[in-house]
Amino acid sequence: MNVLTILDPGVIDWSRAQFALTACYHWLFVPLTLGLALVMGIMESIYYVKKDPFWKDVARFWMKLFGINFAIGVATGLILEFEFGTNWSNYSWFVGDIFGAPLAIEGIVAFFMEATFIAVMFFGWHKVSRGFHLASTWLTGLGATLSAWWILVANAWMQDPVGMEFNPETVRNEMVSFAAVALSPSAVMKFLHTVSCGWVTGAVFVVGVSCWFLLRKRNRQLAHASIKVAAVVGCLASLVVMGTGDQSGVQIARKQPMKLAAAEGLRQGGEGAPFSIVPGVEIPSMLSILATHDVNGYVPGIDNLLEGYTAPDGTVHLSAQEKMERGRLAIDAFSRYRQHRATQPGEAAKARQELTDHMEYFGYGYLESPEQLVPNVPLVYWSFRLMVGGGGYILLVLLAVVWLQRRGLLETTPVALWAGMLTVPAAYIASQAGWVVAEVGRQPWAIQHLLPVNVAVSQLTTTEVVTTFCLFALIFTILLVAEVKIMCNAIKQAPDVRREA
Amino acid sequence: MITYSFLQHYWWFLVSLLGGLLVFLMFVQGANSLLFRIGKTEGERSLLVNATGRKWEFTFTTLVTFGGAFFASFPLFYSTSFGGAYWVWMLLLVSFVLQAVAYEFQSKTGNVMGRRVYRLFLVFNGVVAPLVVGAAVATFFTGSDFVVSRDAMGSMGKGLSPVISRWGNAWHGLDALSNPWNWVLGLTLVFLARVLGALYMIDLLDDAALVARLRRQVLIDAVPFVVLFLAFTGYVLTATGLAYDEASATFSPEPYRYLHVFLSHPTILVLFAAGVVLVLTGIGRTLLKPTSVRGIWFAGPGTVLTVLAVLLVAGIDNTAYYPSVSDPQSSLCLANSSSSEFTLQAMAVVSLLVPFVLAYIAYAWHSIDLGGLSRKQVESDEHAY
Repeated sequence: MNVLTILDPGVIDWSRAQFALTACYHWLFVPLTLGLALVMGIMESIYYVKKDPFWKDVARFWMKLFGINFAIGVATGLILEFEFGTNWSNYSWFVGDIFGAPLAIEGIVAFFMEATFIAVMFFGWHKVSRGFHLASTWLTGLGATLSAWWILVANAWMQDPVGMEFNPETVRNEMVSFAAVALSPSAVMKFLHTVSCGWVTGAVFVVGVSCWFLLRKRNRQLAHASIKVAAVVGCLASLVVMGTGDQSGVQIARKQPMKLAAAEGLRQGGEGAPFSIVPGVEIPSMLSILATHDVNGYVPGIDNLLEGYTAPDGTVHLSAQEKMERGRLAIDAFSRYRQHRATQPGEAAKARQELTDHMEYFGYGYLESPEQLVPNVPLVYWSFRLMVGGGGYILLVLLAVVWLQRRGLLETTPVALWAGMLTVPAAYIASQAGWVVAEVGRQPWAIQHLLPVNVAVSQLTTTEVVTTFCLFALIFTILLVAEVKIMCNAIKQAPDVRREA
Repeated sequence: MITYSFLQHYWWFLVSLLGGLLVFLMFVQGANSLLFRIGKTEGERSLLVNATGRKWEFTFTTLVTFGGAFFASFPLFYSTSFGGAYWVWMLLLVSFVLQAVAYEFQSKTGNVMGRRVYRLFLVFNGVVAPLVVGAAVATFFTGSDFVVSRDAMGSMGKGLSPVISRWGNAWHGLDALSNPWNWVLGLTLVFLARVLGALYMIDLLDDAALVARLRRQVLIDAVPFVVLFLAFTGYVLTATGLAYDEASATFSPEPYRYLHVFLSHPTILVLFAAGVVLVLTGIGRTLLKPTSVRGIWFAGPGTVLTVLAVLLVAGIDNTAYYPSVSDPQSSLCLANSSSSEFTLQAMAVVSLLVPFVLAYIAYAWHSIDLGGLSRKQVESDEHAY
């Protein structure tokens, strides 16, 4: 039998690339689904309450764009789910006992809701009552949002693993508390931050398209009505994004200090750490305030984390070298346990105790050098700035749009209309950058402290993964081009929705 | 008593049921594979596409849920088969991605590739998806070439692989094509999906010319389906399976293993027989009675029952449901590949929602399909594909 026993090192990076490719494409479509669902739901609710067919037509226009965007999000999502198995085989076994559950629940609870009611939403206008139709529109959005909940529970668990125990008998981590996994503070914050980012995306999409209509002096009633709803939704959602972003910063400082240090490009940390706006421009003590909500809070830098440090409260944090040594002791104890468990119970018990003692550092044992613990700093640093900058720009523009519209000045202020249109690319750039911060920033960990990516992969060859990477890149890109073109055409052909005179 | 073993069997039952539903819902694929054969004019093709276009998401979602449920309940299968038989699953994924966008994009201006290409995607998915699913299920009986070594996690550095589940050859799933029995079940599902697709259309469509053609098509596909299905059933009933001994944690081959399991569980035998009879009744009624349009109501549930019974037999009574031909001791059975008792329990609570989900699907489905589907309706529907 010819079993490969050597791991092809190229597989690790190409598997990461393939997953990143799928996730990035997926995240081009999902936020718009989440956000448009909310905006459409509000519009159809207005129609339901006022019984004014104008609002029905407005809602239906955005539903059409929702439909174009929806299918491709579903398609990329399917691949993501299966890629855990196909490309991260070891991961799937090592933590499948915890990680699989949210994915299954997502299917049972969320996807069926979405799939069922989207059909009613699109095909049921003449077949079901107004109330049932309205409920279907909201349930479609709720299904999408619940799905986001469960997949983000899964993602948050990778960043902040809780509620499990390692079992050397089965060689995997096993869930001991469902509530700890499903309701972990990291999961709650990740969900709120990500979903509100989706709401912002949906809102600025509506605002951006409407601004284009106004610049072209067409579809004016549709545009004004849409902006009235979406700009307010966008402002409120932006505030949620900011609030949860702030809280996420505090959580990351505690759970993933290396990610925070990388996002700031902070080599040497300390008390009263400054916040870097761009290289060379800093706000003193600001990072301490953001990360610890305390002007003098201690924030470790990359070097501190590698060399080890003592926090002001006296807690000693081990150096990377020390963690790696303890990790090797853990893995060595694991191997001895496996070897002796059937024949020498005494030896096995001893090994198991050693494993338990060092389990905290298990994942570090697979690393070859401390430098592997440092993610790509420039990428994370600049992505962070794009994320925050994009978010800030959006909030400012939306506030201006709301104000100008109330004063009746929006149409006569082309600068504002242009700025409104530009919020659309800003939202996409900011949200993509956000995922880069979250995912590149946690490298090398597939699961924080527990499983580095080089131990999480499948036993494939580089050629195989490169082939599927190129295949997916090609398919996704063609489909994206088609989607954007179809979307632009649908916008150009927008019906001239008018209130009855 | 809710024991660990009970939970493992409960989840195997749910996964098998989802598998059954998935095969039934592949009537969408079957109908799509007939798109150019049955639809002679643009109007007809558009009607066919719109008929499956209201259902495709259920098949898709069932596939996703099947994957998620399998992952949550038997993660070692997920890591062994998905990471090992890489190309099989990738082929399935690509076909479903192309399908998902094909509906929405095909008739919109600016779709880059033109209507015909998107419809060919539907045909591609219509043939490939049942073929791959069938071949993959066949490997539950024919076996695959893999090794599971949990000790591998102890390898550090030195370039040694820490991967627990490894495929035994470089074909990574394409090797399944070398076993003719995998082809037999794959093609069985292709023809079954086409039969189901035609039966579904006969029930739904309000178009005499199309329905007449579909009835002929049922006959054309039913003959190879029945022959292939009987052949595979014969193979399974005479095949040697691996039995797991829990005390020694070892597998040993047992001739007529699946026949024995069938015979020791009359309930499953009844399920299987009822399923087969229902499928044949659905086909028979449609062929013999020109006024009968309800074939799908027999053949659909019949498919679910048959697949459920076959998958149950593959896994219960400590049978290896994913046998390894190269290293039998690496084979997967319910006891050695499932999630922990705690996780299965937590998931079992969630599974209580399933009847509720099925109820709202049935209700919503009923509300939209009321009154069938005609060309006139498609033409007047703003959201038609």
